[in-house]
Amino acid sequence: MPILSKEQTQALMQKVLSYSKADECEVNLNGSDNGNIRYARNSVSTSGGISQNSLVVSSAFGKKLGVATINEFDDESLKKVVARSEELARLAPENPEYVPFMGPQTYKESPTFVQSTAAMTPKDRADAVAESLKISKDNKLTAAGFLENSTGYAAMMNSKGLFAYNTATNVNFNVTLRTDDGKGSGYATKAFNDFSQLDVKSATKTAADKATRSVTAKAIEPGKYTVILEPAAALVLLENMFFGMDARQADEGRSFMSKPGGATKLGEKLVDERVNIYSDPFNAQVPTSTWSGDGRSQEKVQWIDKGVIKNLYASRYWAQKKGIKAIPSPDAIIMEGTNSSLEEMIKSTEKGILVTRLWYIRTVDPQTVLLTGLTRDGTFYIENGQIKFPIKNFRFNESPVIMLNNLEALGKPERTVSGESGLNALIPPMKIRDFTFSSLSDAV
Amino acid sequence: MKRRDFIYLSGIGIGASMLQSVPGFGRDISMEEALIPIDPALKKRLADVALNAARSKGATYADVRIGRYLNQVVATREKRVQGIANTESYGVGIRVLANGSWGFAATNIVTLDEIAKTAQKAVAVAKANSKIQGTSVQLAPQKGYGEVSWKTPIVKNAFEVPVGEKIDLLMASNAAAMAGGASFVNSAIFAVNEQKYFASTDGSYIDQDIHRIFPNFTVTKIDKASGKFFTRKSLSAPMGMGYEYMEPRAASKVSGIVTRYKDRYDILEDIKAATVETEQKFKAKSVEPGKYDLVLDPSNLFLTIHESVGHPTELDRVLGYEANYAGTSFLTLDKWESKKFNFGSKLVNITGDKTEQGSLGAVGFDDEGVKCKRWDIIKDGTLVNYQATRDQAHIIGLEESQGCSYAQGWNDVQFQRMPNVSLQPGKAKLSVDDMIKDVEKGIYIIGDGSYSIDQQRYNFQFGGQTFYEISNGKITGMLNDVAYQSNTQEFWNSCTAICDESDYRLGGTFNDGKGQPSQSSAVSHGSSTSRFNGVNVINTARKI
Repeated sequence: MPILSKEQTQALMQKVLSYSKADECEVNLNGSDNGNIRYARNSVSTSGGISQNSLVVSSAFGKKLGVATINEFDDESLKKVVARSEELARLAPENPEYVPFMGPQTYKESPTFVQSTAAMTPKDRADAVAESLKISKDNKLTAAGFLENSTGYAAMMNSKGLFAYNTATNVNFNVTLRTDDGKGSGYATKAFNDFSQLDVKSATKTAADKATRSVTAKAIEPGKYTVILEPAAALVLLENMFFGMDARQADEGRSFMSKPGGATKLGEKLVDERVNIYSDPFNAQVPTSTWSGDGRSQEKVQWIDKGVIKNLYASRYWAQKKGIKAIPSPDAIIMEGTNSSLEEMIKSTEKGILVTRLWYIRTVDPQTVLLTGLTRDGTFYIENGQIKFPIKNFRFNESPVIMLNNLEALGKPERTVSGESGLNALIPPMKIRDFTFSSLSDAV
Repeated sequence: MKRRDFIYLSGIGIGASMLQSVPGFGRDISMEEALIPIDPALKKRLADVALNAARSKGATYADVRIGRYLNQVVATREKRVQGIANTESYGVGIRVLANGSWGFAATNIVTLDEIAKTAQKAVAVAKANSKIQGTSVQLAPQKGYGEVSWKTPIVKNAFEVPVGEKIDLLMASNAAAMAGGASFVNSAIFAVNEQKYFASTDGSYIDQDIHRIFPNFTVTKIDKASGKFFTRKSLSAPMGMGYEYMEPRAASKVSGIVTRYKDRYDILEDIKAATVETEQKFKAKSVEPGKYDLVLDPSNLFLTIHESVGHPTELDRVLGYEANYAGTSFLTLDKWESKKFNFGSKLVNITGDKTEQGSLGAVGFDDEGVKCKRWDIIKDGTLVNYQATRDQAHIIGLEESQGCSYAQGWNDVQFQRMPNVSLQPGKAKLSVDDMIKDVEKGIYIIGDGSYSIDQQRYNFQFGGQTFYEISNGKITGMLNDVAYQSNTQEFWNSCTAICDESDYRLGGTFNDGKGQPSQSSAVSHGSSTSRFNGVNVINTARKI
């Protein structure tokens, strides 16, 4: 199914709205073409393509809302989906938290769509994987990996005159190389809007190097260590803090942002003053849509400024109730860093541990954002500014809030993607003191 | 559905439009539409088109799955319905073997022409893959069953129960929690119906009607003065049952420090108990870290079985197919070949099973047309088997598949997924009370909490919902901040007692994720309350 143009989505959604008899009607339309190839044991295991389109109609009578979805766009189907949403709205209980749809908005455009990615073919994917497999075989390693690209569009229109449209492309690549004896494992992950920026060879070489160097890992005692978290490892911790920055949760007293007495930590210094976290849909390295699914404009928002919590995101209902700005949750986060390379950070470390990847992250206590999980696919001991030897993996129990108070240094931000949630981010490697490793793992 | 999606759905809050974006939820349909089955004669005709088209293009084997997947969710918080979704996903997935390689293609346009084209596409994909494939797929033989059918033995179809009735039950439950002093409460009922038609060139035409249900809630209590908050989740299990699971029955209750449930749930009773326990957590003492004898209720142990036994005995992990994502396994083939790998104590007997009534994994036939069965995985503490599909059976010397193939939808390719993996009850009579009487220094854990395990399934850490200190054979009070950390082999070797079958219950997960792109499956794990000696317990309290 081709990606629908702005004009095509406009015409289709206008037709849908013309069938509406509700007090208010809103239409969300989106579609994507995805392609993927998966390999394991140095051979392609599965490959596929998924094309999908979806049209969601929300109809409201007073405070009663009904939502219906369809993936067929002929006139009869469109009439049916509108009628169905209206029927559901009439049957639905009144929602005291209903907020009327938004009126017309103006949105700027963000460079989320890149033609080179949209033009990717199954052969492009197979060729990229063939390069990755060659590096694996040349190094007598076993590769397992995944390459996936998507091209999508999203549009919305409502009976109050709002219209929004965006197209986006994404390509994700991740690979794990293991030594044949199972004693070494290395990982690399990359994500871009632009396929031409993806260097599959370089990422695979990084993973190959880590696999080879991680053989004969030594066990060292669990405890508190200085760590250098590579961006992929740092993100899976930080994102859990970010997922808890919802105003309602904080106001209701059930998040780490809540304070005794019913207040929140908004406006307070929570972490080291070198921590600056923001979102910006126009950032060239990690561009995202300039509007959210309910029509709110996505703008540049400073979330943490010099360690101080500056903003929380909120639903339109909660913002109205509390008289605050209804900032939507962003699609990507950006953390400022420095110009230091990872190598320079290692050089300036007397004793520490380099962490490639963290895995199976789960919240242990939401009050403190205490998280547990394990290191994986490349964990090394640093001494006197050099990587000395590979070490066995650890389980950690640590809170990103505590971690960002124990900040030693930040490196140069790079784009990465969370192996846990799929969230994209521009994030620096970070050196943290007193990071809590609580037990050893035999896993390689 | 990814784990995070589900946590979000079941925990915090949802809007109707958000449900639409969750994979597995297709288009909205009316109740009337949902209750009309698709004629098996039509499905046979469609299936034959796919099989013939695949064969004519050179497939040496083909299977077709015509699937209609119905999902319903009713989600509420306090006095408000947050979302009702009633969705359907319908289409056809065709898998073929050509030139020794797998090919797969799917379509949601269920016409004879489109199905034939999709079959041809699957063959083309297989032929393209064969050029970079290492070794040819070797498929275990499977006899054709002809035209057969199977249905989850439900008493009451959840999709026939009016949504209003479900809302009333959840609202009454929420009201009970709020009346008991809860600050917030979220509750939901999920219902699933998979109407699956499978046909293959082996001569099977299998029509199945599979039902699952999962009611759940979270009660939250906040102390504004201290800023502290505690929660307690429901002790329900997702089940392979109909709405009868929601109808309380005395014979299905297990009494004790809190009532737990077998094949009938009492949400009103459980939510009242949860509200009281949430309040008690404010007065509970913080655990002293150290070694404890753990007494684990099935509502906690199921998840430990899932992560530490279920996953490492998946043969695709053992072989390295999940190395880049879900991970590999410490239970390598040499350990199985030795026939003496000491996985656990002699008491530990664990089965793979796709037949247990009421379980999430129970089906008549798997997604490659293999009749379901039960087999030993751990026998008297020793690793004796794995979980395999048709193309893996030969690797572990089997002449037929164990029936472990599953796809989350018609548009996903089927692959090896976990059957029910269950700990068999103790043979000698033993009650929970008698088990606790023998414990000097221990913790009794009920309900599942935080969970994490490494990618080869050695090192794990689990929390729970409620923790009770045991001193000199008696429960002396509630504890907070408990998590147990162990190594799989050490843990199962520390198993010193398992209660008898009168305590046996199922727990389970509705959304076990594996594969890239990730697919979700539902699986149960049965056990009786079990004792594990000298397990490391950490204190999880922190200050920020």
